[in-house]
Amino acid sequence: MTASDSSVAAVMAGPAGHRGWRARLAAWRVPLSVLILCLLPWVLPSQALAVNVLIYGLVAVGYNLLFGYTGLLSFGHAAFFGTGAYVTGIMIGKFGLPWYAAVALGVIAGSALAFVIGLLSIRTRGIYFSMVTLALSQLVYYVALQASSLTGGENGLRGFTVAKIDLFGWTVDFLDPLKKYYVLMVFAAAALWLVSRILNSPFGAVIEAIRENETRARACGYDVERSKLIAFTLSGLICALAGTLSALHLAIVPLDILHYQTSGMIVMMTLLGGAGSFFGPFVGALAFLLMEDVVSLWTSHWQIVVGSVFILFVLFLPKGIWGTALAWRAGR
Amino acid sequence: MDAELIAMQLFSGVALGAILIMVALGLSIIFGMLGVVNFAHGALFMIGAYAGLWVASLTGSFWWGLLIAPIAIGAFGMLIERFLIRPLYKRSIDDPLLLTFGLGYVLVEAVRIVFGSDGIPFQTPPELAGVADLGIGFFPIYRLFVVAVVAVILVLLWLGLEKTKFGLIVRAGAKDPQIMRVLGVDISKVWLLVFGLGIGLTALGGVLAAPMRNVNPEMGSLVLAEAFVVTVIGGMGSLVGAVVAGLLVGVAISMTALFAPEMATIVMFALMALVLLVRPHGLFGKPVRG
Amino acid sequence: MTDKSKGLPSLTRRATLAGLAAGGATLAMPGILRAQGETIRIGFPTPLTGPFAAEAKDQVKSAELAVKLINDRGGIAGRKVELLVRDDKLNAGEAATRTLELIEKDKVHAIVGALSSAVQLAVNEVTRARGIIYVSISQSDTINEIKDFSRFTFHEALNPHMTTAAVAKHTFKKDSKVAYLVADYAYGHEMLRGFKRAQQAIGATSVGEILHPFGAADYSTFMPRLRSMRPDILCICNFGRDQANSVKQAVDFGMNRQSKIVVPVLLHNQRLAIGPEAFEGVIGGANYYWGLEDTIPTAKSFNDAFKAANGGAYPTDYGAYGFSGVYSLLLAMEKAGGTDTDKVIAALEALKYDIAKGPQHYRKCDHQSVQSVLVLESKKKAEMKNEADLFKVLATEPASETILRSCSELGFPA
Repeated sequence: MTASDSSVAAVMAGPAGHRGWRARLAAWRVPLSVLILCLLPWVLPSQALAVNVLIYGLVAVGYNLLFGYTGLLSFGHAAFFGTGAYVTGIMIGKFGLPWYAAVALGVIAGSALAFVIGLLSIRTRGIYFSMVTLALSQLVYYVALQASSLTGGENGLRGFTVAKIDLFGWTVDFLDPLKKYYVLMVFAAAALWLVSRILNSPFGAVIEAIRENETRARACGYDVERSKLIAFTLSGLICALAGTLSALHLAIVPLDILHYQTSGMIVMMTLLGGAGSFFGPFVGALAFLLMEDVVSLWTSHWQIVVGSVFILFVLFLPKGIWGTALAWRAGR
Repeated sequence: MDAELIAMQLFSGVALGAILIMVALGLSIIFGMLGVVNFAHGALFMIGAYAGLWVASLTGSFWWGLLIAPIAIGAFGMLIERFLIRPLYKRSIDDPLLLTFGLGYVLVEAVRIVFGSDGIPFQTPPELAGVADLGIGFFPIYRLFVVAVVAVILVLLWLGLEKTKFGLIVRAGAKDPQIMRVLGVDISKVWLLVFGLGIGLTALGGVLAAPMRNVNPEMGSLVLAEAFVVTVIGGMGSLVGAVVAGLLVGVAISMTALFAPEMATIVMFALMALVLLVRPHGLFGKPVRG
Repeated sequence: MTDKSKGLPSLTRRATLAGLAAGGATLAMPGILRAQGETIRIGFPTPLTGPFAAEAKDQVKSAELAVKLINDRGGIAGRKVELLVRDDKLNAGEAATRTLELIEKDKVHAIVGALSSAVQLAVNEVTRARGIIYVSISQSDTINEIKDFSRFTFHEALNPHMTTAAVAKHTFKKDSKVAYLVADYAYGHEMLRGFKRAQQAIGATSVGEILHPFGAADYSTFMPRLRSMRPDILCICNFGRDQANSVKQAVDFGMNRQSKIVVPVLLHNQRLAIGPEAFEGVIGGANYYWGLEDTIPTAKSFNDAFKAANGGAYPTDYGAYGFSGVYSLLLAMEKAGGTDTDKVIAALEALKYDIAKGPQHYRKCDHQSVQSVLVLESKKKAEMKNEADLFKVLATEPASETILRSCSELGFPA
């Protein structure tokens, strides 16, 4: 796949200027990302779009952990995204739990599901891995469809609108789009920090080694299956968190959130932005959603534009927007 | 629940399997030879239906549509292989999957632009209209025709693969492309033709399905899911597998319809997941390479 | 602010409108200075992308007609009305996002729209939390139940209960044997429930119910069982493409020879998609059919206005919802003299209107528009006088609260 910026930084023992630039970028990536996120609602045409970029960017970041860094193409990550959302909504709506408990439970449920699906699918290889994740996550979709008394079925889950949030004594009006954005951003920032820590850790190096050459990693003595499973679960955790944020933001959970087309969209965003780069997924989510929004203004046939752009990227710019930009800058 | 009903249900399952087989065959051939998972397969099924409809409306005859559309769309498939997929062989095996995923969106939307989002009527050709009394029940003559066509195609395919030189090359190439190159065979031409054949088969499925179902831009998405299930269960790359699994899945859907029809799709996906977990290469596929 | 409906004609219309308004303004300067007020913005989410794109475009054209009629009269208390069309992509999450944008960024005063049930519920969830009036035109009555209801929620469209009651009344007889083929999702179950209730009241019997997966393309596996039930009436409870496919295949299997095919709602576009042969003789309900113009004067004026604005095209069933949803809201705003939410709600609750199909009003407890239901039969090809002459009006159930579910059944306190 594509090289990540942390390993490139490590490898680039070139002139001090280059190494300094890449390494510094890598070291400051979390604060820089958070800074950009802070500015988003002011820069984008609408705050609802900004929240969506935040949420989908986070999903893509979570997915990227598995796809970009570990090299496993899962086509079923919508299951974790959706489970996080549904559990959060159900806990608030049906069980009356406070929002933070619901979020915690949503993340736990999504991670648990990721662990189970990961456990089952890691046994398969290559294309079969992608198909298995697709099939298992579609099962989750159909279960949610059937369990309509709990999930609302294809009408979606509603009735859990969170209008006010009590945060350490402050009462935040959650209906105010700007305030909602910054509360959700805190979570996203925490998740980004977590991902950065994971990538910087020895574990981060192991999963990248697995991506580059699984047999060699195994020969070096690493427990490849266990590492893959951990990566899968962590990836699912981040996606589930994004799901909980989505539930809080929209105040509904649509059934489509679990469909493989959502999984496909996550893959497209990650690839568009740059799989295997830290900030790429956010760029990809931003590019995808912005493109969708802007093109929808001109024509209802936005799908052909988005699809064509995606094809062009697969063919000519596989590193994605951010990945290509980084490589281009480094190549100079 | 009498024996007649069950027999009738079994028969409809077999007939349902016929269309599944056509689509799954194409998917399986393409994966078996080229290692490409074609996510645009459902969209090409749909385009086959539209092509058949268009030719039929131009010429006034369903039969011309049946003949010309699969060949034309198969040729279109060859263009896809040559220009969109071939550049990706040197790269990761995931890239063709991703590309065809995007291609699916583009093709569906292109059809919406050209033909509109509404369904278009496609009449059953008058020669094949009507219902036949099979003794155990009534069955549309057209569906019997579809079963017959699929059977003929299967025989032709088998003959082609077993008895012709090209078929020999295809079978050998599926086993070991390197040796084929060493032996001087232009393997890229083989891949081109095989891809075209796979797409032609799914387009044929589309034309056959058109009189039975509403012709609309979304008609390929469910078919794609069904095709994946059948191909996985039968074994990706195995033609025998596609046929056996197609019949199996058709009958399974049909029998579930008797007892718990709303569970039909869940059953399909559960079967797919089960097979992938227990025996990823399906019933007849090659054991997995790394 | 941006008009997302496709095509040049609407742009030209808007430009003309703007031009006329500007021209009128310069001529009437002193008057304008007095009467000038902020434009009234109505949000209109509709599935311009996806399988119902045709219906959505019809709805946009009809909604714009409603806005034009009001603006031509001088607007509401001198204020012009603007329609903000958004593509909800038939996706609840997308609809919620668009609604948030309409409220937060575009500052709409009210929202009308939605086709699918999931979308209407999503829009409703966003609007009711923020105190924005929402008039839903989606044909599902989940929104009327107390769980989803709010005083800001209005439902202008028909619901399955009404259509099934009307259709059953004109097709089921005391000794009829009825078989049901039902799509396994909420809307399908709503239709089944409505039919069964009517069936029991009439004294007919059910010989079987088969649920099919929502979105199924092939119905051949259900036909043998349905045939073995030997029903007098085959009642197919589904919608959209499902209806198109199941009716076609039922006819392919010869089911129409032994049974009468009956559906809760006959859809204009599905009938066009399948053709007259398969649909011949099928009976179903509808909210509107242009053929009403022979008997209802407001239908004629609606048809004429629509044809004039759209090059002779006739309005369809779904298109009419775009008109009635927006127009009833604007009439209420006129009565309320503006956009003050409480006043408009009161005006809507008190409104009696007749704009396309006879008298209508909103019931107090659940804000459901009480209206007539048409019972239509699909014509055979030979009987069609022109391309748009698809259906025969068999009967019109008059507007009455008796064909609705009772307030207490929906969960409202008595």
